[in-house]
Amino acid sequence: MRVFGLNRRIIRVLLGSQYAHMLEYRAEIALWALSGVLPFIMLSVWSGSDARSGLGLDGSALDRYFLSAFLVRQFSVVWVVYAFEEDALLGRLSPYLLQPLHPLWRYVAAHLGEQLTRLPFAALIAAVFFAVQPQAFWVPSLGGFLLAWLATWMAFAIAFLFQSLIAALCFWSEKASALERLQFIPFLFLSGLLAPLTAFPPAVRAVAQWTPFPYLIDFPARVLAGQPVDLLAGFGAQLAWIVLLLPLVLLLWRAGVRRYSAMGA
Amino acid sequence: MIQVEGLSKIYRVAEKQPGLAGTLRHFVRRRTRDVTAVQDVSFRIEPGEMVGFLGANGAGKTTTLKMLCGLIHPSAGEVHVAGHRPQRRQAEFLRRITLVMGQKQQLLWDLPPMDSLRVNAAVYGIPDGVAQRRINELADLLELGEELTRPVRKLSLGQRMKAELLAALLHEPEVLFLDEPTLGLDVNAQARVRQFLAQYNRRTGATVLLTSHYMADITALCPRVLLIHQGRLFHDGPLEVLADQLAPEREVRLELESPVEADALAGLGRLEQLEGCDVRLLVPRDQLTAVVAQLLDRFPVRDLDVTDPPIEELIGGLFRQGRV
Repeated sequence: MRVFGLNRRIIRVLLGSQYAHMLEYRAEIALWALSGVLPFIMLSVWSGSDARSGLGLDGSALDRYFLSAFLVRQFSVVWVVYAFEEDALLGRLSPYLLQPLHPLWRYVAAHLGEQLTRLPFAALIAAVFFAVQPQAFWVPSLGGFLLAWLATWMAFAIAFLFQSLIAALCFWSEKASALERLQFIPFLFLSGLLAPLTAFPPAVRAVAQWTPFPYLIDFPARVLAGQPVDLLAGFGAQLAWIVLLLPLVLLLWRAGVRRYSAMGA
Repeated sequence: MIQVEGLSKIYRVAEKQPGLAGTLRHFVRRRTRDVTAVQDVSFRIEPGEMVGFLGANGAGKTTTLKMLCGLIHPSAGEVHVAGHRPQRRQAEFLRRITLVMGQKQQLLWDLPPMDSLRVNAAVYGIPDGVAQRRINELADLLELGEELTRPVRKLSLGQRMKAELLAALLHEPEVLFLDEPTLGLDVNAQARVRQFLAQYNRRTGATVLLTSHYMADITALCPRVLLIHQGRLFHDGPLEVLADQLAPEREVRLELESPVEADALAGLGRLEQLEGCDVRLLVPRDQLTAVVAQLLDRFPVRDLDVTDPPIEELIGGLFRQGRV
């Protein structure tokens, strides 16, 4: 039986092949993992004791927040718009559109394969972090870890759907990735990657909470770091964004396919 | 199996003048124009038929194929393939067709074809045992062996094309849309692919609509041909009728041991070129065997090559002469 076009066999085979595919790019993925150390740079910027207390994250709390932000980012990075744009331009999308499986599942599998490939490199970087900052070491409770894992996956789902929405615009504009670059600036500031949201003025925080950005990094990172956080509100907002984005993506995709003229094919 | 009635496709394309001024004008006021790629095309193809689809570049072949398989929506007209309207792209329809587009590939570049085949088997719901049996059979017909376990990027163009065909046919489609399946392949690989397609058709009774730049593909496989020019269908019928019009002569190239005079070649076809030892003749198809035999008998021949002029040239000539 298929659910959303998938069954266990398709999931297993698709994930297996995409993981094998991504392993071929392991050196590149290691560099991507390394290039995600922005939270550590921001940690050094915020490390003064005044800044720590100003953020309300004393002691090791700030170190743990930024390490968590790094890990959440590692497993919620999305690049579907670039892959999709290239496939559409080179005509590789055509064979995928002619198979009885929604092409977006292939991109989901590619992302999950890439995350699995990234795992050892992210773990290595975290180990180096703890070696340098042993006082920051902590082991989250099993419940806390599972909640953080779920929050990270939901963050990935929001980011994937949001970018798929932009990717579907490739059916109208061949360079939809420019829009993705445009949303990167608010993402950078409002996601919690540069600073925890508590660092921003209340008015900015209030606005940010109506955007998907804080639920991509700040919320899951706080859950992982074991900091006080309103779980119900956080997961509720994540679910709301997924429920809002999913039908939009499917509708835009359907309209886009109607318009598709197999560019470059 | 395929019914097409009054099929048309009109594209809207942007028009831009060259240079900076043209770019600025295009930026401020974008101008577009409608281009008719396919116009009022109608035909029927019965189950099991192999039909050649001919036309020069830009004639509308690929656009028609894309409409037949549901990749693009027609601007007007009706299409039914295997009882379905292709543009709905229902899973049941997609399981019954396949499209092979020259070098556009569905195989994962960095993995062996076997990995992509396993994915296809899962996507089409083919049980593992059945998939393996089909892979073995098709690989045998295509003369593919260890290539299936080598990364696609390490394969030659011909091996890649054969692996693409295998991937496209694993679900045993009833309707094959083949767009230039032998493009860029060497003569041996072309022959192998042709032979394979003929065998596949015989074995499964699949319906095949094939476009090709190579006349040899069409003559070897398709008793019936459709000829499309500037989006309109000009011929639908037996290949022989069109072949006589398309290529009444074949080109014979000779490299002789020593130069000859033009007079010596009189009566051996139309002399197109004579430069020292190199000779090019156009010989009527029905006299080809006799002329080649005479050439070999009368002259010391170092090399001899018989070819069809490129299909583009033939079709272009046909329309220039107003013979269609």
